[in-house]
Amino acid sequence: MVVGRNPVNGAMFMILSLVGVAGLFVLLNAFFLAVLQILVYAGAVMVLFLFIVMLLDVDVVSKRSPGNLTIAAGTVSVFLLGLGFVALLDRPQMLPEPTLLAPERLPSLETPMAFVTGIQAYGYSLFTKYMLPFQMTGLLLLVAMIGIIVLSKRFENKSV
Amino acid sequence: MTLHSVILVAGILFITGFLGVLLRRNTLIVLMSVELMLNAVNLAFVGFSRYNNTMDGAVFVFFIITVAAAEVAVGLAILVALFRRRQTVMLDTINQLKD
Repeated sequence: MVVGRNPVNGAMFMILSLVGVAGLFVLLNAFFLAVLQILVYAGAVMVLFLFIVMLLDVDVVSKRSPGNLTIAAGTVSVFLLGLGFVALLDRPQMLPEPTLLAPERLPSLETPMAFVTGIQAYGYSLFTKYMLPFQMTGLLLLVAMIGIIVLSKRFENKSV
Repeated sequence: MTLHSVILVAGILFITGFLGVLLRRNTLIVLMSVELMLNAVNLAFVGFSRYNNTMDGAVFVFFIITVAAAEVAVGLAILVALFRRRQTVMLDTINQLKD
């Protein structure tokens, strides 16, 4: 996606990587999130991207020659990430293997809900501990919807 | 399947998206790279959630997916409005505020 020049090819590889991440979610026993990933990302978001690529009819272009600041930022970030990898792989005992415990009967604030695979755990968390973020998410979606309507509206007889 | 491999894959995905944001000049590709970075963070969240044996990280992924979907919708709407006016989506030609 980064090195290719055709946006459609990039979108196809993006779908491939999103499906791969969904497979990793399945391997981590987060089945609901895997289904959500396929539906929202690979289904809705990438279809939107491909639709816009088709609508705008972007042709294949040459790459931008990056500036000095860009090169410096890229080098520093890759170096920092490599440093993190080395620090992580150098000491395997720092993070032992994850183990799955039996889920709690009734989760509370002091004893949070254990990692379980069922969908009802998500609902329980969403409507108890994360009630305010959940409602904020609804507000955010409303704001996004209104914003898109305003952006997409053609303002006639108005010079901007 | 260890936590290390999950963090490794998430880091590689994140750096791929970051380099895409830095190096590409097509705004559509830049938006896709931002999505890839958010996805890498999602993967790390689920990995750590599984590792800590709590539900919180996995629930937070839910919010991130929602925010990402809203961001893509708004970003693409802005992009279409921009293309309607300037007939381009290339980043280096959109420099009107620079002067």
